Formats: sequence, C-alpha cells, structure tokens
Amino acid sequence: MNPTVLLSLIIFAPAIGALLLAFMDGRAVSLLRNFTLAITIITFALTLMLANQFNYGESGIQFEVVRNWIPSWNVYYRVGVDGISLPLVLLTTLVSMLAAVASWSINKLHKGYFILFLLLESGMLGVFLSLDFFLFYVFWEVMLLPMYFLIGIWGGPRKEYAAIKFFLFTLVGSVLMLIAMLMLYFTTGGQQHSFNLIELAKVAAGGSEHLTSGLTPKMQITAFVLLFIGFAIKIPAVPFHTWLPDAHVEAPTPISMILAGVLLKMGGYGIIRIAFPLCPYGAYCAAWFLVAIGVISIIYGAFAALAQTDFKRLVAYSSVSHMGYVLIGLAVWKIAEGQTVNPDMWNMGINGAMFQMLAHGISSSGMFFMVGVIYDRVHHRNLNEFGGLMGKMPVYSGLSVGIFFAGLGLPGMCGFIGEVFVVLSTWNFNPALAIVAASGVILTAGYILWALQRVYLGSEYKGPHAEEITPITPRESAVGYILLTLAILLGVFPGIVFSIMNGSVTELVDHMQAGYDHAATLLDQQLQAMR
Amino acid sequence: MFSQLIQNLIDDTLKYSLGYFEAELWLCATIVALLLFRLISVDRLIPTSILALTGAIVATVVAWFQLTTTDGSETFFTGMLIHDQFSVYFRLFLSLFLALTIALTILTGIPDNEDSPDFYALLLGATVGMMIMATANNLLMLFIGVEMASVPSYAMVGFLKGRRASSEAALKYVVYGAGAAGVMLYGISLIAGMLGTGDMSLLADRLRIVADNGVAGLGDPEVRLVALGTMLVMVGLAFKLSLVPFHFWCPDAFEGASAEVGGFLSVASKAGAFGLLVRFLVAFSGDPSGAELMTAFGIGLGVVAMVTMTFGNLAAYGQSNIKRMLAYSTIAHAGYMLMAVSAMLVMQNSAHAGDLGQEINACLGGLLYYLAVYLFMNLGAFAVVALIRNYTFSEEIDSYAGLIRQSPALCVCMVFCMISLVGIPPFGGFFAKLMIFGSVYKAGDFHWSMYVLLAVGIVNTVISLFYYLRVLKTMIIYDRPADARAVRLPNLENVYVGLLGAFVLLLGCAPFIADGLNVIAGEAAGSIFSAIVTSR
Repeated sequence: MNPTVLLSLIIFAPAIGALLLAFMDGRAVSLLRNFTLAITIITFALTLMLANQFNYGESGIQFEVVRNWIPSWNVYYRVGVDGISLPLVLLTTLVSMLAAVASWSINKLHKGYFILFLLLESGMLGVFLSLDFFLFYVFWEVMLLPMYFLIGIWGGPRKEYAAIKFFLFTLVGSVLMLIAMLMLYFTTGGQQHSFNLIELAKVAAGGSEHLTSGLTPKMQITAFVLLFIGFAIKIPAVPFHTWLPDAHVEAPTPISMILAGVLLKMGGYGIIRIAFPLCPYGAYCAAWFLVAIGVISIIYGAFAALAQTDFKRLVAYSSVSHMGYVLIGLAVWKIAEGQTVNPDMWNMGINGAMFQMLAHGISSSGMFFMVGVIYDRVHHRNLNEFGGLMGKMPVYSGLSVGIFFAGLGLPGMCGFIGEVFVVLSTWNFNPALAIVAASGVILTAGYILWALQRVYLGSEYKGPHAEEITPITPRESAVGYILLTLAILLGVFPGIVFSIMNGSVTELVDHMQAGYDHAATLLDQQLQAMR
Repeated sequence: MFSQLIQNLIDDTLKYSLGYFEAELWLCATIVALLLFRLISVDRLIPTSILALTGAIVATVVAWFQLTTTDGSETFFTGMLIHDQFSVYFRLFLSLFLALTIALTILTGIPDNEDSPDFYALLLGATVGMMIMATANNLLMLFIGVEMASVPSYAMVGFLKGRRASSEAALKYVVYGAGAAGVMLYGISLIAGMLGTGDMSLLADRLRIVADNGVAGLGDPEVRLVALGTMLVMVGLAFKLSLVPFHFWCPDAFEGASAEVGGFLSVASKAGAFGLLVRFLVAFSGDPSGAELMTAFGIGLGVVAMVTMTFGNLAAYGQSNIKRMLAYSTIAHAGYMLMAVSAMLVMQNSAHAGDLGQEINACLGGLLYYLAVYLFMNLGAFAVVALIRNYTFSEEIDSYAGLIRQSPALCVCMVFCMISLVGIPPFGGFFAKLMIFGSVYKAGDFHWSMYVLLAVGIVNTVISLFYYLRVLKTMIIYDRPADARAVRLPNLENVYVGLLGAFVLLLGCAPFIADGLNVIAGEAAGSIFSAIVTSR
C-alpha cells in the first residue's frame, strides 16, 4: 500500500471503526466485541505492513506526509515514522488488540465502551506518528476524554476519584506543555513561525535552512523544564506519580493494560521526540536532575510495591519503578570540555531506555491482564487471601509466573536487556548512581517473588469465592501466550528491536551534541557582547 | 439654508447610509411586521416565530454578502456609525446567532403563541442594539447602542411572568443596568466635554492636543479628567460584560430568566459589548502621546481579567443549579476574552507598535474567533439545558443523572460544549484559547505583567475543569434514578443540538472551516486598525 495513505489509515482506522460502531445496535454485544477486535486486528496488520515497508538502514523520518491544516496559524497535518516511533506504534496496536480481547470482561454499556476504546487507540497512534507540535498536542489531549470516561464509568469502587485525578494531572502537564509550545512557536522566525518538530529540532542545533530561532539557551532551560514536567507526569516520575496507582487500580483490566502498556510510554516518547531535540541545552543542564529523579523513582517505586497488599496496586507501583530506568537511560549525558564523554555509552543508554519502554509495555500489560484474570473469578485482589492457585489453575499460573519473571528482569527475558543497558550506561555517567539503580533490581526481585509466593504457591487457596476458580479460558490464555512469547523472543533476540531504532538513536545523539555546541556558541557570543 | 441642510441629510441617508444599514433594516422591518400582523390577525396564518426566523435569516444572508463586498472602512449616518469588516463580522455573527436562538425557541416552545410577537420584537430589537454597539463611531451611538441592547434584555429576563424569581431577576438587572448606564453617561460627558467631540476617530488626536507637551500624563488635570471619563465608560461596558466587580446581576438574571434568554444574553450581549470596548479603546490608542496612559489601561484590564476569571471559576464550582453555574462560567469566559483586549492595548501602545502589526491583529483575531466558538459552545450548553427542562422541569445539575442512557445525542453535545469550554482539543474552545494565550505570551515581551496574566489564565483553565466535568460526570457516569422523568428527544431536537455540537468540533479541527474563520476574523481585526492608520 502507498505509505502516505498507510500512515493516515493507521491513525484513523480505529476512529472510523468507532464511528461505525455508533450506528450499531447496542444490544448485539458479541457483534460489538468482535467488530472492535476486528478493527484492532486490522490496525495491527496495517502497522505490520508499515514495519515491512520501513527501510531499516535509514535513520531519518520516513513516509512523511504533509498537508495544509490551518495554514493561517502555520499548523500542518504532518505525520511520519522513524526508528524511534515505529517500535512504539507496533506496541500500541499490539497492546490494543490484546486489550480488545481482554474487553470480554466488560459487562455494561458495551457500545459506549468500545467506541471510547477505539477513539483512545486513534489518539495514541496519532501521538506517536505526528511530527507537528500542534497535531501532537491535539492527539495528546484527544486521549484524555475517552480515558476519563473509560475509568470513570467502567472502573472500580473509587473510579470517579481516580478518573478526575488522572484527568487533572494530565491537564496540568499539558497546559505546561502548551506554554512551552507557545514559546517555541513565537521564538522561531525566518519565513514564518512554525510548529514543525523536525525543523524546530534542526534550528535548535543551528542547522535549519528554513527557520531562525530566537530561543536563547536560558529560555531553552525554561522550555525544557515545562516540557519535562508535562512528560514526567505521564511517565510517571516521582513526585508526579500519585495519579498512577489510583488510575491503574480503578481502571478495568483492559484499560489498565493500555495505561501501563502504552500511555506511560508517551512520556518517554515525548522526551525523546520533543523535549530533548528541541531543547538540547536545557536537556544537558537538567541531565543530573533527570537521572536523580529516575533513580529515586526506581527505589521509591520498588519500596512502595513491597508494601502493597493489593495485587493490582503492586503491579502499578512496579510501573513507577520500571519507568525510572527509562528516565535514567535517556539522561545519562555527560559532557567534558565541550564533547560528550563516550557518546557510544549514551547511545546505549537511550537504546536501553527505548528497549525498556517496549519491554515494560509487554510485561506490565501482561501482569495487569493476569491480575484481571484472577480478579474476574474471585472478585478480590488482596495478596494475603490468595495462595495455592498453582494447583487449581496450572496453565494460568505458569503463564503468570513467566510474565512476572519478564517484569523482574530475568536474563533471557525482555526486562533484563533494558535494565542492563541502562545500568551499564549509567556507570559511565556516575558509578554511585549506577550502583543504586542496579540495587533496585534486588528490590524488584523481592516484591515480585514475594507476590508470586503469596498468590500462586502454598498449599491451598485461603480467600473468598474459592468455588468460582475455574481454569483459564482459551481466549485468556491466548493473550498470555502471545505476551509471554514476545517477552522471551525480545529477551533472546533483542537485536530485532535494536536494528529498528539504532540509526535514529545515533542520529539523536549526534544531534544533541550539535545542539549543545550551538548553544555554547550562543553563550560565548553573549559573554563577548557583555565584555 | 436650513432646507439645504435637511436636503443634504436626506440625500446622505437615502442614497448612501441606508445601504450599509441593510441588515439592521431587515430586522427593523421584521419587528414592525411582527407587531402589525397581530393587529390584523395574520399571525394565525403564519406563525410569528417563522416570521422572526425568516427575518433573522435574511439579515444573515445580507451580512454574508456584505462580508464579501466590504473593503476598507467608511463612516455613515454623518459619522455616527462606521462600516468595515469588523462591523460586518459582528453583524453576521449576531444575526446568525439570532437565527439559531429563534430556532431554539421554536423547538422548546418558549414563548407561547400569545406572547411571541412581543418576545421576538424584543429579541430582534436587542440584536439591532448590539449591532449598533459594534458599529458605533460616536460616543452618543455608544450610549444609544448599549441602551438599545439593554432595555429589551431587561424585559426578556422577566418574560416568564408568572415566576417570582424571573421578576426579581429582571428588577435586579434593571437597577444595575440603570446605575451602570448613568455612570457611563457621566463618563461620556466628561470625555466629550474635555475633548470637544463625540467622534471616536478623533479622540486620540484631541487627547494629544489637550495634553501638555504632547504627552498625556496623569499629572495633567485635563488628561486626568479624560482618563476618569474613560474609566467610567468602561464601568458601563464592564457591566454588560459582567466583569468582576460589576457581575452581581449576572447569576441572578441567568437563573431567573429562561435558558433560551440566558443563552442569548451570555453570547450576544457579550459580543456586542466586546465590539464596542475594542472600538472605544482603539480610538484612544496608537498615538504616541497617549501610549503610557493606554498601556496602564491595558494592564488594568489585565488585572480585571485575572480577577474576573478566577472569581468566575471559583464561584461556579459551588453551584448546584446549572444556569447559575453557566452564568459564572460566562463571567470566567469574559475574563479570558478580556485577556486579548489587554494584550492588544499593551502591544499597540508599546514602543515597537509599528513592527507588531501582525501580532496586534492576532490579538483581536483571537478575540473574534473566541466569540464565534463561544457562540456555538455556550448556545449548545444552554440549548441542552432548555431541552432537558422541558422534560424534567428541573435545572438542578443532580437531576441530570444518567441521561446518557436516555438521550445519548444530547449528552454527547453537552460533552463537546463543556470540554470546549474548558479548552481541550480537538474542540474549537482550545484553538480560540490558544490564540488568546499566544497573544498574551507575545505581549509579555513588552510588559512582564502579561506573563502573570498568562499564568493566571492557565491556572484557571485547570480549575475550570472541575465544574464542567462535574456536569458530565453526573450525566454520564451516574445511573438514572428509577423515579426520574424520562428524557427522550424527538429527532429534530437531536439534529439541532447535534448541529451545534458538530460546529464546536469542526471549529477546532476541520481544515477549511477553522482556517476559514480564522482568516475572516483576522481580516475583520485588520480592518479596524488599517482605518486608524489611514485616518491619521
């Protein structure tokens, strides 16, 4: 298929599906389910076609499509894909497809649910594919409302509180992003103001042919901080993480899968795609701070997970901990005498962070799904009232243990690669921080093994509704098998993913160096002028 | 001699001025027809509402044609009114809004047959007044416009004659309105007396002549008097815009009036007042002599904007009656829109005003865009309120629980309007807000207080989320109580709210519509400034 059509089709196929759903009979539940599943499968197939046509040897943006949108404000419909966004697009459609399978457990207002579900998928794909800041922002916000209602209507007992908290946190982040967007827009000049992310990045490195920028290094720091807070809320990094345990716990299982599997990745993606390239000097100045926040997130998230008695809350805090690695991997940028120290190590850190995002997308959506499976049967999640499931649900328990091990970072599974890459590159940045980050793995092992022991091992099941424990259904086990297979596959052949993104990541590292040089020159000129 | 004067006047009026006044004339003719037809019982044959709707649509079409043919700016009626793209934009805006409001009243059945000629005459009369507000070029017309818009509004607020709350609201509105009008008239007499003219296009020049050394400073008693007059006029306009601290009438009036009237007042009367405010302030700015004074006014308006939106949003939070909540929401939105005027004044009177043509234009363009989006989103919200009232006889937010299960189209429209009011994409409210915030950010280059204004605006956006979302939460997340009255809308009403909701969405993201409106708003904004430049 023509790649230009393909990209737009990927973004809007779910939205079109949602529109069609609106005209269907709300009582034909199985039709609605199957139709939604079909749409997500089609979208996944389309992204596979995209991956097939993608040129892995090339590092820049591919299949770029530009159309006029609101020309009087220099806003364009500009989409494209590169090595950084492609893996995340694949992850999004995969997780959405699996979440659609998991949506069989939804038991009220099916039509509304599936419409919102598909709109959400469109929003997520739009975020990963858009190359215009305005378009990115619109898609970023488009996800808010469906997510609010998905948590608010189909969620658990504290759903309203969790939903508004999610909405509020994200909105605060996005209005900060909006200010940064205005700053970047109004400081660019040349022919006109611009929202074009590619050109804005080039101009930050002093290499744009079309734009000039009045963004001083000082303003870059401000813009970076604003952008970073916006994205850190989404990641979520401590201390902006408090929405996450509530939202994840109250959301219905498929939505938890999407939240953990895809939405958190948008924070990391935003940093790689926007905050870093557009404000390289700001990123450099904040590097220490970012790594510190990452390390704190790892340790704090792990300790918090250890203290939980709610199974789902434990998984939620494990996300905070795991996403800390992403932040560290991105930020281990050290400069001495104007040159990046060991750019290869930083390159490895970014690669590791990207890999960690994918790995976490697979393992944590798997973990949430596994929690959901048992919750559907026994209607509670108290860790102290499980036990002995291995005997009653052997297949389910086996799959769960596998996926939890992937989250733990067992060698040979996906979680391991990302963590090792990140920790190794941190050593180059600061050995002490590397040691602390690495010790997070021990805590992770602690809470996961302890949870596995309490839930699956032991002689007998101690909680309520023991009679309703039935073996896992083929539909459920299919989701488990797919995720476990991927977890092992990526753990054994991480090269599959690295080959996609390596070119783009290398380009990013070079770009950041150029951006730093450019800012340093500007600062020098300022100093000269002051003398 | 005298007859010659009269002859000239008649010639000017008939051959020249009336052509520009076409849209207003159609509305006036409709008013006359409405009242006469009742005398000869034609209203039994043609429903009054249809006649009024036809008049509004004709006026809209006329204004639309004016939009394509208008170029430059001309005064007419011997300099009393001014005709440019800005005037035409407001004419089109107001007549379109009038048509939509009449359509809504047809659907909801307020007013009844007996009263409808009176009601529509008032409605059309108020609209003509608002159009005059937006086209005024003389301090006298400023006052006449405001009064022509206000007096019918008072009567419309009290139109639900049997209801105590309605009469009370009307009385409050009248008393406040009369007070504000008196203050404004005093201000006008101060300005006109000191500057020796009522012609707004001459005000800046006269101010320079009056001021010592060509710099209008407050140490100068004459300038002080003019500044005082300006402030008093702004009090009158602030009353119309329901800016804090002149907003006290607004929640009561909205609660007492029917939702249809509330929707009309919240949008149309605000639009007319903004048109007038801009004309009045632009008349004073752009001349270096008054720069300092007008910058101070700009910052002062910024402070008023901050207080207004913060107060509106915080007060809206505690309301249980939806019309009261929407009333506070309109107060908050007046604050957002005032941000654009504030930024415009600061930039227009800065030392670099000459290079900033495009940015100053963008301030006003943003305001006009905001008004257009506000038309659809606020009318949409009020329409939903009015339609639900016809089924449940209640305007409490709690009575909306679980409506999504009975009338999804209505709820989806409400979601669009409310989220657009918060300012979240992909709805029009976001784009409009972005334009205004962008202008304020740009104005921050010239005065630091604009950054504060921007920060307050952003914080307010977040605060406002709570109360808008509370309505949606009630409608969508809660279950419908078993004993609640059912709300099942006929198709026509669904189409109406669907149309409004669709426009809210399209103005935020449709390529040609959003861009087209932006271009038109930009041109309308540009016309008002180009007129200033050429006349100097």
